[in-house]
Amino acid sequence: MGYPHKSHPRETPILSKYFGDPEARTLEGWKARGGYKALPQALATDPVAVQNIVKESGLRGRGGAGFPTGLKWSFMKLGDGKPHYLCCNADESEPGTFKDREIMRWTPHQLIEGCAIAAHAIGAETTYIYIRGEFTEPIAVMEKALDEARAAGVIGPNACGSGKTINMWVHRGAGAYICGEETALMNSIEGRRGNPRIKPPFPAVAGVFGMPTTVNNVETLAAVPHILNNGAEWYKAMCLGSPKSTGSKLFSVCGNVARPGNYEVPMGFSFKEFLYDLCGGPLPGRKFKAIIPGGSSVPVITIEEAEQVKMDYEGFMEFGTMLGSGGVIIFDDAQSMPKQLARLARFYAHESCAQCTQCREGTAWMTKILERIVAGQGTYEDLDTIFELTENMTGKTICVLSDSCGAPVCSGITRFRGEFEALISGKRSSTVAVTA
Amino acid sequence: MTDPKLITLTIEGRAVSVPEGTTILEAAKTAGVLIPHYCYHPGLKIAGVCRMCLVEVEKFPKLAPSCATTVGEGQVVHVYSQKALDARKGVLELLLINHPLDCPICDQAGECELQDYTFQEGRADSRYREPKRFNPAEDFGGDVMYVTNRCILCTRCVRFMEDVAGDEALCVEERGDRARIGIAPDHDLSHPWAANVIDLCPVGALVSKDFLNKARAWELDRTASVCPNCSQGCNVTLETRDGNVVRMKPRSNADVNQYYMCDEGRLSYQWINRADRLETPVVAGKLASWEAALAVAGAALKGASAHVVAGPSLSNESLWLLKQAAGTGTFRVTRGAEAPLPGVKDLALRADRAPNATGAELLGFSRADQPLAGAGKVVVIAGDDCDGLDMSALSGADTVIFLGTVAPQGLPAGAILLPIANFAEEEGTFTNLRGRAQRYLQARPAPGMARAGWMALAGLAAAVGKPGAFDSAEAVFRAMAKAEAAFSGMSYDSLGLKGQMAAGAGVTA
Repeated sequence: MGYPHKSHPRETPILSKYFGDPEARTLEGWKARGGYKALPQALATDPVAVQNIVKESGLRGRGGAGFPTGLKWSFMKLGDGKPHYLCCNADESEPGTFKDREIMRWTPHQLIEGCAIAAHAIGAETTYIYIRGEFTEPIAVMEKALDEARAAGVIGPNACGSGKTINMWVHRGAGAYICGEETALMNSIEGRRGNPRIKPPFPAVAGVFGMPTTVNNVETLAAVPHILNNGAEWYKAMCLGSPKSTGSKLFSVCGNVARPGNYEVPMGFSFKEFLYDLCGGPLPGRKFKAIIPGGSSVPVITIEEAEQVKMDYEGFMEFGTMLGSGGVIIFDDAQSMPKQLARLARFYAHESCAQCTQCREGTAWMTKILERIVAGQGTYEDLDTIFELTENMTGKTICVLSDSCGAPVCSGITRFRGEFEALISGKRSSTVAVTA
Repeated sequence: MTDPKLITLTIEGRAVSVPEGTTILEAAKTAGVLIPHYCYHPGLKIAGVCRMCLVEVEKFPKLAPSCATTVGEGQVVHVYSQKALDARKGVLELLLINHPLDCPICDQAGECELQDYTFQEGRADSRYREPKRFNPAEDFGGDVMYVTNRCILCTRCVRFMEDVAGDEALCVEERGDRARIGIAPDHDLSHPWAANVIDLCPVGALVSKDFLNKARAWELDRTASVCPNCSQGCNVTLETRDGNVVRMKPRSNADVNQYYMCDEGRLSYQWINRADRLETPVVAGKLASWEAALAVAGAALKGASAHVVAGPSLSNESLWLLKQAAGTGTFRVTRGAEAPLPGVKDLALRADRAPNATGAELLGFSRADQPLAGAGKVVVIAGDDCDGLDMSALSGADTVIFLGTVAPQGLPAGAILLPIANFAEEEGTFTNLRGRAQRYLQARPAPGMARAGWMALAGLAAAVGKPGAFDSAEAVFRAMAKAEAAFSGMSYDSLGLKGQMAAGAGVTA
């Protein structure tokens, strides 16, 4: 955690070690804390060797999909004569997620170093750090840090004296959730409307400005210098669950919980201990009821399920949900699930880019049905319609926003059907909580 | 050029071989399967947004948008599998939830792809219980009205304006179900090719103000024709209701106009229907029979050296017969500003505002600013292209023979008037500025006793003792193809409905 509270003793603060430490923001301060050791070494190393270290470490994308990072880098065809680009996805628009914000806010140089190493590994001379428009403070911090790094020659035309060019720019988003989707992000960087693109071509073939591009999440890139400094074996050792999930992971915890905030734990950490020990359990007099563990796009699970989960990609999958971005949203027994899910659906309806029919119309329709149920005007058929609608909206569109609207809603109805039926039968109003 | 590599795949049980890089949607057409689609259009960039063309491809984890998926060797594609049908049924349901279902008052009804595919694959009922979204209709300028509520956001119009017309006038405004087509500030659809968005719109969202509420699609008869308004020779369909042309639409021809026609051409059709027509031959100010009129005209022409003024709007057939009956002469073409369509090679509203100047030249007629200048005792004026001609040049003429649809101002009182059909009332061919001879078919009856141009001129040829026994435009064309090197080897069969290049053509443009 580090900020606003001190880290919990059971955390493994690697990325978050200097959260809350203003001196870590400066170039000098960051160097004093062990920063910029990995970059000069990496620049002197063959890019493929850097890719291999990251592959070996088992680092997987922290933005949500969990794609192996080293493998993604290896898709970039080095020496093809085309300009390559690195895009750092700092859009962090997933509701419930606020880890990248803190990385940029407190340790901008950690990210710059990670970006620079990645840029070298994929043969990119230009990196765009695409930051969510609402992140005014992180944008200012990042800009300042980039100025410092440029002035000191850490990045620029002769990065760290290596003779290599590593240019890095902040690109500010304009407020669309969908611009966190990698192809929409690239359109946005190009100055177009932030609409996802059809794949193929994949970004590694034709990305930003039609050139080979890699898009990585902030947390993914921030982990890279640590892997290079301490070795792949060290990183791989941070693993309490599935061997396919390694390293430390930041979880943003929000909702009805005693101590919300960012927590960094090794992959495979017990979710039960995480919730009751690290996060301090429920608020006084309340009980946890449901959890969306990986940002608003993943299925909701019951607290009973959550207590059995090991916090890694495979562990969450076992209970039908996903690690996602690590945005843990907690609902306690005072909340109405239909009301919460209706609110979530409204978010997706608002943010749909309007390209694909299923998403444009489906998210709005689902919202209207849910809001009608919450208002006490629902029917039992509505629940069936929602399931069929979700089926219709899943796996059929350019990006997964449409799927992301249906996932929490349907999982919520499956697990808390009683609450929906109580509203439909008129036995309860939405303001009174119902236990499943 | 090497032949492209062929890929063999199976679509709905039928094996097809198509060039590498072909999309499944296009490959399916060769197998005789039309995969339902909205946003895809062969003339536009691929958007892949309507998700209507989803098909099942074996070994693919998800349904594939066939417009954006290229064929692979050995692929097995199911267009009508339950999974694919369910997905498309779902898309149709979603497209209709906010649609006003105002088919009874919608111009598109009867030629609407939303109607057609719903009928084919959609649900019979709706599960939608919520209020429908509403946005007022908007005048987009030019000939285009945007009925927002009917829009399915396929973005064909946006892509046409941006990529083909090169005028970024349209965009998608807003997000989610609030999205609609928006018009950029200080822009409207007055671009000379903008009305093509009406044809491109698969539903009734973009409608023609000119055609609004004029006719229902199912009341129309459709005839393949060629636009007579400039020398580009865009292939068109004339749509008639009860013999009146009410709309002209482009007919696709990859070598001439692809899928498009300009607004000026599209909207210049009212004259075809004009009622104040010459309907009966006139000799010395009196109505006459065709036989009598042709006899008088033939007697005057025979042996005389006639001054011939041809019309560049006459068919090749008429012009050739004119040459037989009276010899060659001159013609004048009305000129206007050129207006190219940037996204299509060699397509423009041409400066020559007549369809057959090239045909006239190939047949030996030549351009002149004042074709009547130097007129002698016997003058033949064939065609309606007479506006602004200096008729005083006819003061010394003993005999003036006029063949046209409306007698022009200033014609001597004793002129022999022979009523002929306009292009929509006869069959024939035009030769466009690149030398492509193209057929047009008869769309409506000629008024009164007016005869097809070729028939009237064949009569005149016979009256002066030349071969004139032709029973059809096709027969005239056959004779012309034998006699004229430019059209050598051509026939109506070889022209088909897409035309054929005349020999040695293209140099005169």
